Amino acid sequence: MTIDFLGISLQSYSWQTVLGSSISGVFLGSIYALVALGLTLIYGVLHIINFAHGSLLMLAMYAVFFLWNILGLDPYLSMLIVVPGGYLFGYTLQRTIIGKASHGKDEITLLVMLGVSIVMENTALFFFTATDRSVRVPYDLDGFDLGVTYVVYPEIAALLGSLLITLVLWFFMSYTDTGKAIRAVSKERQGARLVGINVEHIFAVSFGIGTACVAAAAALLVPTYAVHPQIGYLFVLIAFTVVVLGGMGSFVGALAGGLIIGVTEQLGRLYLGESLGLITISVIFIIVLLFRPTGLFGSKSS
Amino acid sequence: MSKGVNRKTRREFIKTAAAGTVVVAAGNLSFPYIVKAAKSVKIGVVHPVTGWAQYSGSQCRFGALMALEEINSAGGIKSMGGAKLEAVLGDAQSKAEIGAAEVEKMNGAGVSSIVGAYASNICLATTQAAAKHGIPHVVDVGVSDKVVSRGLSNTFRFGPGFGIITRVGVESFIEINRAAGSPTKSVAIVHENTTGFGAGIAGIMTKGLKPEGIEVVDVQSHPTPNKDFRNIVLKLKEVDADVIIPSHYYGEGVLFLRTLQRQKLQPKGIYSVLGGASSQYRFLSEFPNAAQYVMDCNHWFDPNNSASMAARKKTEAAGKHFNYEVFLAYTAMKFTADAIERAGSSDREKITEAMASSNWSGHFMPYGQTKMVNGQNMGAQPLATQVLGKEIEVIAPSKYATAKALFPRPA
Repeated sequence: MTIDFLGISLQSYSWQTVLGSSISGVFLGSIYALVALGLTLIYGVLHIINFAHGSLLMLAMYAVFFLWNILGLDPYLSMLIVVPGGYLFGYTLQRTIIGKASHGKDEITLLVMLGVSIVMENTALFFFTATDRSVRVPYDLDGFDLGVTYVVYPEIAALLGSLLITLVLWFFMSYTDTGKAIRAVSKERQGARLVGINVEHIFAVSFGIGTACVAAAAALLVPTYAVHPQIGYLFVLIAFTVVVLGGMGSFVGALAGGLIIGVTEQLGRLYLGESLGLITISVIFIIVLLFRPTGLFGSKSS
Repeated sequence: MSKGVNRKTRREFIKTAAAGTVVVAAGNLSFPYIVKAAKSVKIGVVHPVTGWAQYSGSQCRFGALMALEEINSAGGIKSMGGAKLEAVLGDAQSKAEIGAAEVEKMNGAGVSSIVGAYASNICLATTQAAAKHGIPHVVDVGVSDKVVSRGLSNTFRFGPGFGIITRVGVESFIEINRAAGSPTKSVAIVHENTTGFGAGIAGIMTKGLKPEGIEVVDVQSHPTPNKDFRNIVLKLKEVDADVIIPSHYYGEGVLFLRTLQRQKLQPKGIYSVLGGASSQYRFLSEFPNAAQYVMDCNHWFDPNNSASMAARKKTEAAGKHFNYEVFLAYTAMKFTADAIERAGSSDREKITEAMASSNWSGHFMPYGQTKMVNGQNMGAQPLATQVLGKEIEVIAPSKYATAKALFPRPA
């Protein structure tokens, strides 16, 4: 059976399939949000688009894989290692390479990030080869039957993980001294320096936290997705859309944007097909930006 | 005085050493060997070893180089005095235009022939680029029928194309279904639509299965790469077909079969036609439960040929899985070497002629004697396999079968 929509003939589906698709959109969206959270933090403070974000995600996924493969560590437990490790890696990367090579100029930073991403990707290709690597966890197929769709634990973990990370980041930025310093630097760099904030340190801290977020996302993704040197691209391009849609620098915006894009994408794919359905992401993106140019939760200054 | 003695001694030493080298070389190695061993024949090996197809491309490269190494260690091209094959490697980066650019570079490097380039869309570009320079190009995988239907006299495909595979796929499925008492009334097809190899599957399946009273109730297509199959599986749940027929690349194959498993959708059977993961030892070793009972009509070697088992052992000893990419690229390289052997020359035109008139039968594929018509090996055919326990068994055609199909699958 088909239904007509704006002159286009669409296949109609039962409400169970539509609901199931929407629920799967929420889970897919939570994955986008997870990846977008780190991206939005780095953009919000450093005002640069982190082209290396996908490569950082890929490296973190490899770290989770090898911790499981060599030490037998469960991907979720490995967060205890990869999240602090990600922070240190991001902090060091910003302090030693990105900060120094970019000389404070945004346009140079952009190119440096691109260079870093190329180096990371090819290093991974050289050492880990192109072979996909999958983690097998015993609870891979366990979960709940919601009637319209079956939800497995790794999907629930990704959704809860994105909610928790958003909450922690929001709390951190609102109530801690470092969070306030980060906000100060993002709003007025020179003023922050004048009141005694070490701007270079805050830059590196922000980059470190952004990388820690992507490391947490990696641990939540690995039980579902195989790791290979190109895996970052699969999520990061849409994560960029999520960041702009939600409002650059806004965590709640990244979460809401991720969920909106996830549900829109799934429903679009359901009605328009797997390839054409992706167009709905662009359509919703354009509509939101037409009416709210700063994104859903973006402030005017951002 | 001492200077003069020294100078004379040095000259004498050089003369003696040079003469000695010639004598030793002529005596032990024979003169023609020295002259001809210096010759080599350059073969372009182009595959996508980075980008979305990097895994399969790397597997292809491994297979092609394994064959090249075997040929060289067995004495090289004998009709050219033992000339060695020399690989000129190229990375198509999973993009057709880069593949074509790599062919241009290979032309500059003076290759006599090209083996590659895995995905159909890349093969279409590389064969076209090779045709401009008259370089014979052996397509290792690239199943799209367009690859050999454009009238390019330089293009050869040793393995089967999409049309043959789908036709045999229908015949084998009918054979399996009849043997099980014809329990199938409906099928749903899921195929990739980015590189173009699976686009015609729905039409061929519908036409082939209709006389058996089997209806194609749903056709889903998806891009490559694809990161989520939940929607497709939800739609499949709604149509509730007896058998699901997937057709896509490895990464999507794994994700699709795992999503079916996660969504607890268990049809009477999964019968892939060119299912990227369905007959892969790697998928079987990593996800033995998801792989269980999955049938696949795909490229496969003759299981009764001892050479195929030897190649499998060698591949596994190198830490690789003996996937279709490996053995197709391996045989494509051996086919190329056989043509060069018969041409007795590194001349592109002569090799092209030798390929077109090839009757090579020294391979382990179930193709019989080679017969090229418009660049397609007419004997090439796929086999139907099924994952049973820890092994991938051939279930049809009966001539090559190593086990009986378990269909409908046990719950």
